Amino acid sequence: MNKKNTEYLINRKDNQYEVVIGLEVHAQVLSESKLFSSSSTKFGAEPNTQVSLVDAAFPGMLPVINEFCIKQAIKTGIGLNAKINKRSVFDRKNYFYADLPQGYQISQFKDPIVGEGKVILDMPNGQKEVGIERLHLEQDAGKSIHDLDPKNTFVDLNRSGVALMEIVSKPDLRSPDEVNAYIKKLRSIMRYLGTCDGNMQEGSLRADVNVSVRPKGSREFGTRCEIKNVNSIKFMQMAIEYEANRQVDLIEEGKTIDQETRLFDTKKNETRSMRSKEDAHDYRYFPDPDLLPLEVSAKFIEELKNDIPELPDDKKKRFIKEFKLSSYEANILVSDIDTAKYFEEVVAKMGKNKDIKLAVNWITGELFAVLNSKGLEISQSPVSAKNFAILINLIKNGTISGKIAKTVFELMIDGDKDPQKIVVEKGLKQQSDPKALEALIDKIINDNREKAIEYKQGKEKLFGFFVGQAMKASGGKANPQLINEILKKKL
Amino acid sequence: MSDITKQSLTELVENIKDKKLSSTDVTKAFIQRSEKSSELNAYITDDFTLALDKAKKFDQKPNLDLKLPGIPMAVKDLFCTKNVKTTAGSKILNNFVPTYESTVTENIWNEGAILLGKLNCDEFAMGSSNETSHFGNVQNPIDKNLVPGGSSGGSASAVAGQLTPITIGTDTGGSIRQPASFTGIVGLKPTYGSCSRYGIVAFASSLDQAGPMGQNVKDCALLQEVISTYDPKDSTSVNFKRNHYSKELTKNIKGKKIGIPKEYRVDGMPKEIEDLWQKGIQYVKDCGAETIDISLPHTSYALPTYYIVAPAEASSNLARYDGVKYGYRAKGENLIDMYEKTRSEGFGAEVQRRIMIGTYVLSSGYYDAYYLKAQKVRKLIKNDFDEAYKKVDAILTPSTPSSAFKIGEKTNDPVSMYLNDIFTVPVNLAGLPGISIPAGHDTKGYPLGLQIIGKAFDEQNILNIAFAMEEKINFKNKITDWWIK
Repeated sequence: MNKKNTEYLINRKDNQYEVVIGLEVHAQVLSESKLFSSSSTKFGAEPNTQVSLVDAAFPGMLPVINEFCIKQAIKTGIGLNAKINKRSVFDRKNYFYADLPQGYQISQFKDPIVGEGKVILDMPNGQKEVGIERLHLEQDAGKSIHDLDPKNTFVDLNRSGVALMEIVSKPDLRSPDEVNAYIKKLRSIMRYLGTCDGNMQEGSLRADVNVSVRPKGSREFGTRCEIKNVNSIKFMQMAIEYEANRQVDLIEEGKTIDQETRLFDTKKNETRSMRSKEDAHDYRYFPDPDLLPLEVSAKFIEELKNDIPELPDDKKKRFIKEFKLSSYEANILVSDIDTAKYFEEVVAKMGKNKDIKLAVNWITGELFAVLNSKGLEISQSPVSAKNFAILINLIKNGTISGKIAKTVFELMIDGDKDPQKIVVEKGLKQQSDPKALEALIDKIINDNREKAIEYKQGKEKLFGFFVGQAMKASGGKANPQLINEILKKKL
Repeated sequence: MSDITKQSLTELVENIKDKKLSSTDVTKAFIQRSEKSSELNAYITDDFTLALDKAKKFDQKPNLDLKLPGIPMAVKDLFCTKNVKTTAGSKILNNFVPTYESTVTENIWNEGAILLGKLNCDEFAMGSSNETSHFGNVQNPIDKNLVPGGSSGGSASAVAGQLTPITIGTDTGGSIRQPASFTGIVGLKPTYGSCSRYGIVAFASSLDQAGPMGQNVKDCALLQEVISTYDPKDSTSVNFKRNHYSKELTKNIKGKKIGIPKEYRVDGMPKEIEDLWQKGIQYVKDCGAETIDISLPHTSYALPTYYIVAPAEASSNLARYDGVKYGYRAKGENLIDMYEKTRSEGFGAEVQRRIMIGTYVLSSGYYDAYYLKAQKVRKLIKNDFDEAYKKVDAILTPSTPSSAFKIGEKTNDPVSMYLNDIFTVPVNLAGLPGISIPAGHDTKGYPLGLQIIGKAFDEQNILNIAFAMEEKINFKNKITDWWIK
């Protein structure tokens, strides 16, 4: 594919503009308890039922770091091929808001726990490297609820103090598609690591999107705008598209772009100014005196490194090498950890005489279709990997045809039934006895003499007719390969 | 037994252990004297009824193995006490009743002591005279209209006036040692990290430290032994081997090297303070220790450094008092309006002043010039001490540059008020332990204190030096009970 064709550019009259995007992704650390308290982080609890005295900032309460969250952040850093900082510092970011009980957020400002790293994206025109600037740990705020009462705002502190990892990318992204691939890749890596569930609906993954534009070919960055707190990939893409076009229009009109924070209105599909640079908060960052600088030893990091599972990039390489998959197939299988798990389980259960290509086709074809139509994740698949493997083997060893297999598969969905039993119970075993098939074909040729003559005279299209008749007569169970062979011989 | 309230903590513990006194006897005596002492305004909240119940309960099944068996004790109102109102001397916490107990007070109750009530203090411990309290100023038992010092002014007044056998204060820049000096009692500020800050209303987190205030050194050693524990709930709590301070207390300080820092001889210091210091040097020598002239070159920067670091931390620590979750809330048109009114009405002038200073020094554009620079100077001050401790075991200085002043004398001159902490503040900045012991009187008959500064976690050593000096000094506090009608 020609690289030029895939470039994302905004065209105006004679001018072409490139879009420059950087993301600050807020990923909720997968942990039982909060960053500095022992309250639960479970999603969906009744408001204010998971709030400790520390989370609600009662007088004299002190934060105590949750070591597990530190481990999770370091693991994520390792997954992002990033530098792990042995010394990091928690700062206070001071501002007043009703859902910020302390009056400050504990965050890492100057010395984050993870430094520079990189992520590789598989784009249609090849691989793309996106730089990671840093990853730091911080507390989430509570939630203000404005629509429950006409006069009052309600505050739910369940989220208050939940650990977030803020992953800041370099301004390396150039299109909404790359943003899509980047978010999916981050999500995939963190799910492999078990450090973030990546659930965007529950707010476990959200992003601030920095967008600027510049004339194509320019090396300098344009003035950027930050779009705050976008919580789905689709909205990110829409927001970028709108914002980039808005900025280009301003430039074309000879106006300047103000550096500002903007909000994406999902109903109107537009970004709106939230506050300008002049109105920006002065957060008065300073090291939190309640917490000592966080020091981790080389040994601690090394132990976590040993704990890192095979990540998508490595898994992909292995799948290509070990199973002779195409890069495309491997990508599909490794992008989600549960899909990869399912696939590997199927491969394992298929035993020695396995047809991996067939399994891949069936997973990405029939299984994905069923999951899609039922709105299920692969981890909730109605067909277990074990039975799925048996089904593939039944096709492979000729017990059933691919067509019959589809019927069997549909029957398996209801209650994860053993395909072998279905084949026996429904009498779906493939007819592979040549003598019986020959008799069957003789009868068909006899019944359709005229067509047989036409075929012999050169009307080769009619071959398909005979195959169809044979299949029909066998109730679909005839071995199609044998039918072909016999027909060719007899006609 | 008469004169129960005149007895030291050590004596009371012995008498209870020997069953010469019951907890009820002791508790009753202190309650009665406290009730007659309302003019001192030492208490913000009393818990007398419950205290007496607890004393009776203790006597029914006395556990005499405890370190503070049935001892009644009032504490500074900066310590959160479960189910007992905790105000920090502020209107903004006027109605605040904690559901939890500070680690330090928990340790005290676990050793058998009984809460008498909560003692007055400067609002959020910001003050040197106890005049910033929302609940009114405290009288010094030494003389009417004399400040008891601050911020642990109620605590100092209550011990000197014998309303409690002993107490705990907190010390951020001198808040234990200065009032101890002003009221003729002993006050120990332990090493930062020795006592847990969990459950203590925070003023400046990197400086705050709880400590005992008592009639004598031994009493303070005993209480220090109780309150100093490693606490995982405070990330700055240090897990070091703690001494049995009262048991290991000794007057043998022969051969100890005591540093005399020349920088503490400040301009305009009254002659009587200099004389007291010289007397102190003689006492130390009389005890068999050796004095060595030392230099702490960055001493003069300590006060400005302190008045950047402490307000900076305070401005952030006090952000939580916003009217949203607990405490005082003013009505407002909207959220911002509610914040502004709540905090304007809820905080007093001194607290607002320090929040303003702290907000300013942390602001972008000023951070490097103030906060960052102050942190660097703080390191230099600490280095001064580290350097000095290569040559000496402890350092002797006056506790304060003057004796107690009159109520209202310095209220309109914050800088003159801040100067009160000039000898105590460097100790907090360096995180070291310091003890103030009464060492004499000025010409007006007001008590004056000497401060012994130790190496980090070397409380035993400064307690020993104080213990030895105490005997030589033989200080008698001149309490006339003028406030009792």
